Amino acid sequence: MGYVAIRGGGRAIAAAAAVTEFLRCEEGLWNDEAEPLKIDAILHQLRHLVDRVISEGGVYHPQLAALAIKQSLGDTLEAAFALRAWRSTRPRLCATPPLDTSKMRLIRRISSAFKEIPGGQMLGPTPDYALRLLRLELMDESPERFRTVAREWLKHCPETQLPDSFPKVLDALRAEGLLPPVAQPRHQTPFDITREPLVFPVPRSASLSTMARAETGSLLAIAYSNMRGYGDVHPTVAELRVGYLPVLLPHPVTGELTEAGEVLMTECEVVAMYEADAGGKPMFTIGYGACFGHNEVKAISMAILDRALQKGMKDGAANPSEDPEYVLLHIDGVDSMGFASHYKMPHYVTFQSDMDRLRTTQQKTGAPA
Amino acid sequence: MNAVPNSHAGNAYNFGFLDEYAKKEVRRAILKAIAIPGYQVPYASREMPMGRGFGTGGLQLTLSLIGPDDVVKVIDQGSDDSVNAVNLRRFIEMTCPGVSTTTKTAEATLIQSRHRIPELPLTSNQIIVLQVPYPDPLVVVEPSEDKRKTMHGEADYSRLLVKLYEDLVKFDEITISHRYPTRINGHYVIDPSPIPRWDVPKLNDSAALILFGAGREKKIYAVPPHTKAVPLAFNDVPFRVEDFRDEQGRRRACARCGCVNSFLDEFVADSGSKTYQCSDSDWCDSQLLQARQTEGEPA
Repeated sequence: MGYVAIRGGGRAIAAAAAVTEFLRCEEGLWNDEAEPLKIDAILHQLRHLVDRVISEGGVYHPQLAALAIKQSLGDTLEAAFALRAWRSTRPRLCATPPLDTSKMRLIRRISSAFKEIPGGQMLGPTPDYALRLLRLELMDESPERFRTVAREWLKHCPETQLPDSFPKVLDALRAEGLLPPVAQPRHQTPFDITREPLVFPVPRSASLSTMARAETGSLLAIAYSNMRGYGDVHPTVAELRVGYLPVLLPHPVTGELTEAGEVLMTECEVVAMYEADAGGKPMFTIGYGACFGHNEVKAISMAILDRALQKGMKDGAANPSEDPEYVLLHIDGVDSMGFASHYKMPHYVTFQSDMDRLRTTQQKTGAPA
Repeated sequence: MNAVPNSHAGNAYNFGFLDEYAKKEVRRAILKAIAIPGYQVPYASREMPMGRGFGTGGLQLTLSLIGPDDVVKVIDQGSDDSVNAVNLRRFIEMTCPGVSTTTKTAEATLIQSRHRIPELPLTSNQIIVLQVPYPDPLVVVEPSEDKRKTMHGEADYSRLLVKLYEDLVKFDEITISHRYPTRINGHYVIDPSPIPRWDVPKLNDSAALILFGAGREKKIYAVPPHTKAVPLAFNDVPFRVEDFRDEQGRRRACARCGCVNSFLDEFVADSGSKTYQCSDSDWCDSQLLQARQTEGEPA
């Protein structure tokens, strides 16, 4: 049986946790009808928050993501972090084969390259053209009305059946010879960033999966530097699609691929300026972005950076956004927020050592103490 | 040190938090690190439930090595009572049922530490795990990891030596205060983690195995027992530890235990006056106990 060393510091930690819990439940002080946030309410009414956390946490588990959001009081970095730490306790049991995103059950797909695309443009749920005016009526929303909105919407939904899937815009460009054929991956199995460290140079699958679970703001900032002029991807969004992708796993007995469920994903393919390939025929180049959840800004940023990194790998990095080390080692939210936070910890010993150097140097250079 | 492979009843997590595959991977990396002293072995560092930079690398080493018969000591800034040390120790107690914890350096079989190596010389029955923020000493002269890897392979530390030389030209002193670059077994130069220069000589010919874990940077390296560890310096400019002499040139003593050969923390009182105390709290306690016993003895 173990014995335990306990002293004063633990009390401070416990007190910090208690006062944080006080803040979470503070509303109970003055509101007798105060209710704790329901996981379902977070899942549905704060869905983009959940999308962001499953994407940055790198685990498709919306319920646990909602729980993480609740316990972190809505801090996305903390919530994604808790989900990742949970993931560390899970063994990897198997891997899916590459999944075909043309099979996605779409809720939205657009192309900015063509006015008409096979299957048509579908705006779906987006704030893109919404006026960002505060909806003051939501300040004190009637629960009765709230409960009828979805039913009303369904009632007025057109009867026409939408197709289950849509063709990919890129396939049309490929058929015309404007894009190179789909490259056969050099590595048989994709690089698993949760099981192998990044040792540069890394295969494209490693950089794509690193970006897929990157922190949205970090990815956006570096991609934006490329858009503004520290780089020259000049992308056109050939297709952006959001929808539910069927996940196929080999059946445990027959080995036959079987649908095990579906994940909400955002996928973005950008077409960038053409390059002459080795054969001499100039072709458009492609950047690819995909992530869990409905995260369009992230998928677009990732697609731009994928293109920038491919260019950097080929010609050498001319900008930070083209440098795989610079991009891939600075976009992880868990890493970067953890390290920024660690500066709050005591550094008494190292600072003592710093003072020793400065005092000695001052003495030697004769500067006044 | 045997890990118990299945999860403990009543504990939602596996013994040692990490799944067994992760622990195996970390142990493989440790073996490689011991086989190539000072070489930074990349590994797929897992996310831990505390912040990157708070000791996740050290913790993964500790959790991969720990068995129920171990006695663990966790210190931060030399103290067992520092909030982060308390936090890590509590996590180990929570996820490793049966493991004992201690504050006494002599009793510990496994010591996890941030920024210090205990004053009491460690023995061959002990392993010390140091938490590492920056595993690569070359990062001060070369930001690209890819290029640094080549430099390490070729044992090309010329730019680091030039940095030391430039310090001498500019300041008449080497300005590196902690994380002092140290050459292991005549080849790789390591960042010995942010230990003060005071602790660097303890790396040389250590009886205990010294392991370094950088969780965020995903590297593990080691100074195996009885391995040569030499801080970078010049023939005419020797390596020097922190100077704890007062204006009259006398060695300052710990205000609590009176020790004159330990690393001291500096305290500034409201009046502006300074006092000094041992940074290693267990060392200070045992010195104090010894002094009292001596006093108590009949003359």
